[in-house]
Amino acid sequence: MSIQVRHVSKRFGNFQALEDVSIDVDGGSLTALLGPSGSGKSTLLRIIAGLEQPDAGEILLAGEDATDSPPQKRGVGFVFQHYAAFKHMTVRDNIAFGLKIRKRPAAETKARVEQLIELVQLQGFGHRYPAQLSGGQRQRMALARALAPEPKVLLLDEPFGALDARVRAELRLWLRRLHEETQTTTVFVTHDQEEAMEVADTIVVMNKGRVEQVAGPRELYDSPANAFVMSFVGQANRFGNAWVRPHDLEIVLEPNGSTREAQVERIVHLGFEVRAELIRDDGEGFSVQLTRDQAETLELERGQIVYARPVKETVFEPGSA
Amino acid sequence: MLKKYAVRFAALGYLLVVLLGPLSMLFWRVYVEGAGKAWTALTDPDTIHAFKVTLELVAIAVPLNTLFGIVVALAIVRRRFLGKGLLNAFVDLPLALSPVVVGLSLYLLYGRTGWFGPWFSGHGIQVLFALPSMVLATIFVSVPFVAREVVPTLREIGDEQEQAAHTLGASGWQTFWRITLPSIRWAVIYGVIVTTARCLGEYGAVAIVSGSIQGKTETATLRVQEEYENLNLAGSYGISLVLAAIAIIVLILMTTLRPKEGVS
Repeated sequence: MSIQVRHVSKRFGNFQALEDVSIDVDGGSLTALLGPSGSGKSTLLRIIAGLEQPDAGEILLAGEDATDSPPQKRGVGFVFQHYAAFKHMTVRDNIAFGLKIRKRPAAETKARVEQLIELVQLQGFGHRYPAQLSGGQRQRMALARALAPEPKVLLLDEPFGALDARVRAELRLWLRRLHEETQTTTVFVTHDQEEAMEVADTIVVMNKGRVEQVAGPRELYDSPANAFVMSFVGQANRFGNAWVRPHDLEIVLEPNGSTREAQVERIVHLGFEVRAELIRDDGEGFSVQLTRDQAETLELERGQIVYARPVKETVFEPGSA
Repeated sequence: MLKKYAVRFAALGYLLVVLLGPLSMLFWRVYVEGAGKAWTALTDPDTIHAFKVTLELVAIAVPLNTLFGIVVALAIVRRRFLGKGLLNAFVDLPLALSPVVVGLSLYLLYGRTGWFGPWFSGHGIQVLFALPSMVLATIFVSVPFVAREVVPTLREIGDEQEQAAHTLGASGWQTFWRITLPSIRWAVIYGVIVTTARCLGEYGAVAIVSGSIQGKTETATLRVQEEYENLNLAGSYGISLVLAAIAIIVLILMTTLRPKEGVS
């Protein structure tokens, strides 16, 4: 099921959460809403689900106007950051909730619940209460619960935000696989650009209640629409009007016409990569990404004076950010 | 270490002097005056009637206040509307107001010269010195308890579970029965117990509006006063003892119910 957001605006008191936002989400796609906190990404997701009402604009689900229909009529599955587990129900009853509400036959409900328990790998936990589960297990239960009524759209609000790094990585991969299996239109909110790049086909970058760019992970990184996207998605150094990625800088020991003088402030070893943090002659800091071999050949050390040369730089039209 | 024990000792001593002392005195006095005499007073038809009246008041006031308490708590926590602060404050009014004042205001309102009095007597409905005014007085004094128990619990559970139920297809009504009510059930039960205890013990407001007519509008607490004034001390202590026993049962119920809250 496709989702169309048309000129949606939303205010909370004096805070403009969304301002004239329009996006198209194709049926069967896996889309990330990416942005810093306060960018309006969660509000947009909640408006799509019907949990918030927009002040202006429309939401179309499968081409039909759903702006005024309540959440229970939209056929969307929603996963909350803090799980929103029904604490007084067992895992099985949590998952069965949407099916019982729809008065599906008991045998069918039972079979579907068992199937989902297997899908989210909670075998043997069906009789437990949410309080007896770990964070990752609770979120998997919440996912199973949202999937049980076979929603046409799956919406996830920072689904892995409250989990530790390892569980988060596992669940990302799992979400990706789930999407490949079910092909359900999926939209998830994240502030983590790495998570968005790893999981999503399409990324909607948001900032201050507006959409900055909609693109695939590669396009977003290689051709950012403006300085905000450039600096938010991946690292970027600013050289006057130009932006340069840390791996698009070359370090040499002798100056030539196009180099900038800089002093090494810190060398950070990140396994295969080495990140050098330098300070320019005008006092601005920037970072350069090198391979281990490059760093060893240069024999960089703290306090050393080196010369940096941008291999590739990006200049944005003034006012585009 | 010593300090810790000192604090505990002081707290226990305080409870002993203020609560347990008078209660055990009651047991002692019934024993001294003669359990037989107390039993005679307890089985007197007027006493039995008084207990019946008290139970009737409980049976009407508690369900109504439970319903009202849940609705008000939901309104205070989940809704935004004009006058919410006022409603919140008004729910607590009976805690601040002396029951005697409540009784007096009802007396004035439904009396011969009150706003509502003439209308009711014109339609042949006896409000004062009859069950209706006693019900009103009992409801008034026991209004806050369910709402006061439910409000913090509702705040604590938040509304995410309710939102999740909506996205899973549940209507507002289904969400209330399947999600909200089960989540607040212990708070409601606790509120019902406290409300019941308050209704059983009500004296001041009911004393004024009921007229304390023996065998008609006399409640158990009014009966205690009656027997005391008639110098039937054994009877008065006996009835008090039954009321105290009910209070103790309520207390035990509350303490056994409380821990379960943590599990659910």
